[in-house]
Amino acid sequence: MTRLDVRKTYKLYIDGAFPRSESGHSYQVSDAAGRFAANAALASRKDARDAVVAARKAFGGWSGRTAYNRAQVLYRVAEIMEDRRPQFTDAVVLAEGASAGQAGRIVDTAIDRLVWYAGWADKLTQVLGNANPVAGPYFNLSTPEPTGVVAVLAPQESSLLGLVSVVAPVIVTGNTTVVVSSFARPLPAVTLAEVLATSDVPGGVVNLLTGDAASIGPWLAAHMDVNAIDLTGVAGRPDLATQLEVAAADNLKRVRRAPSAEPDWAAEPELDTMTDFLETKTVWHPIGL
Amino acid sequence: MVFEYAPAPESRSIVDIKPSYGLFIGGEFVDGGGTSFKTVNPATEEVLAEVAEADSDDVDRAVKAARKAYDKVWSKLSGAERAKYLYRIARIIQERSRELAVLESIDNGKPIKESRDVDVPLVAAHFFYYAGWADKLAYAGFGTTPLGVAGQVIPWNFPLLMLAWKIAPALACGNTVVLKPAETTPLTALLFAEICQQADLPPGVVNIVTGAGATGQALVEHEGIDKVAFTGSTDVGKAIARAVAGTEKRVTLELGGKAANIVFDDAPIDQAVEGIVNGIFFNQGHVCCAGSRLLVQENVADEVLARLKRRMATLRVGDPLDKNTDVGAINSAAQLARIRELSEIGAAEGAEAWSAPCDLPTQGYWFAPTVFTGVTQAHRIAREEIFGPVLSVLTFRTPAEAVEKANNTPYGLSAGVWTEKGSRILKIADKLRAGVVWANTFNKFDPTSPFGGYKESGYGREGGRHGLEAYLR
Repeated sequence: MTRLDVRKTYKLYIDGAFPRSESGHSYQVSDAAGRFAANAALASRKDARDAVVAARKAFGGWSGRTAYNRAQVLYRVAEIMEDRRPQFTDAVVLAEGASAGQAGRIVDTAIDRLVWYAGWADKLTQVLGNANPVAGPYFNLSTPEPTGVVAVLAPQESSLLGLVSVVAPVIVTGNTTVVVSSFARPLPAVTLAEVLATSDVPGGVVNLLTGDAASIGPWLAAHMDVNAIDLTGVAGRPDLATQLEVAAADNLKRVRRAPSAEPDWAAEPELDTMTDFLETKTVWHPIGL
Repeated sequence: MVFEYAPAPESRSIVDIKPSYGLFIGGEFVDGGGTSFKTVNPATEEVLAEVAEADSDDVDRAVKAARKAYDKVWSKLSGAERAKYLYRIARIIQERSRELAVLESIDNGKPIKESRDVDVPLVAAHFFYYAGWADKLAYAGFGTTPLGVAGQVIPWNFPLLMLAWKIAPALACGNTVVLKPAETTPLTALLFAEICQQADLPPGVVNIVTGAGATGQALVEHEGIDKVAFTGSTDVGKAIARAVAGTEKRVTLELGGKAANIVFDDAPIDQAVEGIVNGIFFNQGHVCCAGSRLLVQENVADEVLARLKRRMATLRVGDPLDKNTDVGAINSAAQLARIRELSEIGAAEGAEAWSAPCDLPTQGYWFAPTVFTGVTQAHRIAREEIFGPVLSVLTFRTPAEAVEKANNTPYGLSAGVWTEKGSRILKIADKLRAGVVWANTFNKFDPTSPFGGYKESGYGREGGRHGLEAYLR
C-alpha cells in the first residue's frame, strides 16, 4: 500500500509569523508544465498594511544593529539555504521548469549572492561615506543610512535568484521590507520565508506576501509609511509601472524604476541595488578648545 | 549709555539694472515670445525691471540650444578644458562679487551682510570646487558619462547660490543646462548669464529662461531633457515626481523642511541662543533647512527663552543694503501673506506670540522676528513650513522624547542639537532622520559638504563628491 503524502500549506510571512491571508483567499499555483502544484495565500490590501506595520516596528532594531551583526545574520541565511539546497532545487525545478542541474546552479548563485551582499554590510559606509574638508573649523562627516521601510515587487520570472537579488541589498544596509513575490511562481519565496524564520533575521525585517503585484502594488506605492519602492516585479509593464511611480510621489518615495525586461540575474550586481535605498546624512560639529 | 547705529548703506551705484531683460538662449539675450513680468525690490516695492516670461516655445528653443551645445561642443571637451571654464567663471564671480551681492540684496531683500559674506563667497567656492572635479570624475565612483541636458528650477531664497549648486556640478560632469530662476528674483541669474559671456563659455552650455510656474512646468515636462533638478516646495516637488513618472529622466529634489533645533540642559546657553537666532532668522527664515522648531529641555526652557527674547530685541530689521542690518525684507507680498496667515493660525490655535520690538519700514514687505510659545505638536505652526522669521517652541524632558518629537514630521532636511556631552551628540545625530545635522552650530554650508533631505524633503544630494551622482551615469 502506498503512503499518502502530506502536502504543505503555503502561507504569508508577516512579522515573523505565517498567517493565511486575512481575506481568506488563496489561488492555484501551477508548475511550469501547467499542472496543479499548490494553493498559495492571495495577499490582500489588509495583509500589505499589516506587513508595513511589522516592517516599521522592526526598523529601529534592525537598523540599530551593528553592521558586523547584520553581515553575520545574512551569512547565516546563506548557510541555512546551503543546508536546504535540495529543497530549494526542487522548488526551482517546480516553479521555473528548469532541469535539476540548471536549478542547482540557480540555487548556488542565489546562495553566493547572499554571501556577497552579507560582506557589504560593514564596508559600504567606508565606500560611500566621506570626511568633507569644509573651509572652516568644523568636523564634517557624511555617512549612508537606510531609507526605512522598502516595498519590493520581486521579479516574476526568476523566483529564487531574482528574489534574493532584490531582497538582500535592501536589508543588508538596515532597511526593513515588504516583498510581493512572483505571482505565478511564489513557492520558492515561501520556502525562503521559512528559512528566514528559522535563521537570525528578526521578525518583521522581511515580510513576504504571495499574490499579484498589480493588485497589492498600488496599496504599497501609495502607503504613507513606506519610504521606497522597487518596481522590478512589474518589468515590461510600463503602464502599471508609471501608475505605481505616480502613486509613490504622494510621499516622495524613493523609486527604483522597473526595467523594460527582467535583467540577467546571474551577472554581478552593481552598488545601486543598495544605494537606491540609502540616504546620506551629514553631521557638522565645530572644532575648538 | 546707549550707542545708536548710524545708517551704513552700501552703495547701489555698482549695479546697473536695465529697464528690461530678455531670455539667455544659445549664448545671447533674446526676446521671449510670451509676455513679461515685473521684478520688484521687496524692501521698497520699487519696480526694478521688466523680465521676459518664457513660454513653451521659448523653453523648447532653450532646450534645443542646450542639446546642440551638448552634442557639438561640451560633451566633446576634455574634463580639463571644462574645468578651466568653471575656474574662469569662479574668478569672475569673485571679481564682480560686490556687484552680485548688492544686486542680490536689491532683488531678494536679504541683508547685504549675508549676500556679501555668505551667498556670493559660497557661489564662487562652489564653482571653484566643482571645477576641480571635471577632470577627476573617474575617481568619484559614479561613472564618467554625463546625462545630457539638465532642466533646473530654483527658488527665490538664495537665487545665485542655488544657481551655483545646480549649474556647477552639471557643467563639471559634462552636461549642459536650461535653468529657470524664481519669478521674484531673476536678476542675478541674468547677470550670471553675462558672466558666462565674459568667460567665453560656448553658446548654449548655459541657458536661462525666466518666468513663473508655467515656465518651470514646460521645462520639467520637456521631452528633450534628461535630468530634472529642482529646489523649492514639497508640493511642487511631488508634482514633478508625478510628471517624470514613466520617463527615463533622472530627478533630484531639494524641498521643504521643519527642522528641530534641540537644546539640552547642559548646552552652552549663550552659544545655543546664537544658534537658535541664526537658525530661524538668517535670511528672514526663508531657508528650507531653518531651525523652525525649537525643542528645549523643560528645566532650562525659561532661561533659554528669556535670553532668546533679549537677543531678538537687539536684531536690526530694515534696509537690506544697510551693513548693520540683521533681518531684511520678506521676499514678496505673497510670502508675507503666507507668513501672516500661519502666524494668525498659530495664535488662533492657542500658542502665544512674542515679537521683537522694532520699527518696520512703511514701504515694502516686512515681518518682525517672532517666537511662539505653548506650541504643541498638533499645531499647524509646528507642522507646516512657514518659511519666515517665525519660531515655534516646544519642550521635552528626555532625550528619547526629543528624538521622537524631532522626527515627528513628514520632512527630514536638517536638525540641530546643542549639548556639551559628546556621546549624546553622536547618539542623537544617529537617531535624527534628517540629511544634515548641525551639532553645536547651525546653518553652515560648504561646497564640499553634501546637502539634501530624507522623507518628504526630497531626494538626492547637492554638494561634495555625493553631488556628482546626480549628473553622471
